[in-house]
Amino acid sequence: MTTITESYVREAPRTARIDWSPYLVGAGIGLLSWVAFGVFGDPLGVTTAYSRIASLFAVPVIGPEAVAQNSYWKSMPLKWDYGVWFLVGIPFGAFVSAVISGTWRLELVPDVWKERFGPSVAKRFAAAFLGGIVIMYGARLAGGCTSGHGISGGLQLALSSWLFLAVMFATGLAVSALMFRAR
Amino acid sequence: MTAMMTILGPLVMGAAFGFLLQRGKVTSCNVIENQFRLRDFTVLKVMGTAIVVGGIGVLLLVDTGNTKYYVKDANMLAVALGAALFGVGMVVYGYCPGTALGAIATGSVHALVGALGMIAGAILYALSFDWLKANVLNVGALGKVRLPDVTGIPDVVWFAALAVGAGLFFWWIESTEARQKKG
Repeated sequence: MTTITESYVREAPRTARIDWSPYLVGAGIGLLSWVAFGVFGDPLGVTTAYSRIASLFAVPVIGPEAVAQNSYWKSMPLKWDYGVWFLVGIPFGAFVSAVISGTWRLELVPDVWKERFGPSVAKRFAAAFLGGIVIMYGARLAGGCTSGHGISGGLQLALSSWLFLAVMFATGLAVSALMFRAR
Repeated sequence: MTAMMTILGPLVMGAAFGFLLQRGKVTSCNVIENQFRLRDFTVLKVMGTAIVVGGIGVLLLVDTGNTKYYVKDANMLAVALGAALFGVGMVVYGYCPGTALGAIATGSVHALVGALGMIAGAILYALSFDWLKANVLNVGALGKVRLPDVTGIPDVVWFAALAVGAGLFFWWIESTEARQKKG
């Protein structure tokens, strides 16, 4: 698996064949927000729906009773609402875009990680899993993620969202500087 | 809204969002990590443009009575702590929740591993919710406030400043990147 991935990466960098301007893409997401607000009355966001779905996975872990009794999931039960279908759409659109642009490829360890921490798949998977725990816990505590707070909240000039953006970027810069410091 | 629209609508919106994220290269872990290392400004270009374009449109929609604001609660302590965790998680994981879902569909296996971590994070949050609600979420709870409310500076001025600020910043980034390419 690793050798396949490596040969693909050598052949062409993952992002080399996508040539849309980031400003064009940003404007597109802005336009999408107009539709989200004006037509659906439901701003772009990811983690609220994600935690609804997580309650499904929690059933075998903590038991159906504990899930049913949980006060958080009582306020946010699993329902197939706008946000959940929106979530299902994201991988679909990304897949279509990757296939059309010829950038679909298996990636076990990304280049930036490999340069710094080596090619170990186990190490990268462990970090991704831990990072996933921390990012989702943070997102739920803050009440949103890069989409819900960052873009949807940011464009509404919400106080909470601009606090989120400032603290998130500041912490990210500091952690990144520690993680990727020259040895 | 018809039943078809309540499912197809968000599915198409999500797919468009996922498509744009992939085209904007932000479903690449390398691009996200290099933003926090200040080597690639794609993430800020996409987000900044989305906020300015989206924000001006949504402001007009609100002013003409076609939508309303959906502002998240400014629980200052919870948002600050959550955003700090989010920043740590984003650098360790290499994705944010939305871009991770896109990345999985473009072949990133470690993004899928991190998505399982995100489910674990959501479960941990639900389990600690009662304590957080009593001790963290209520600290500095300012409600659903917007920057224009807090500062008294009108929306138009905010967006004019944001647009000019983002424009100057991107112009500086672009000229720096062009110089680096030449040198």
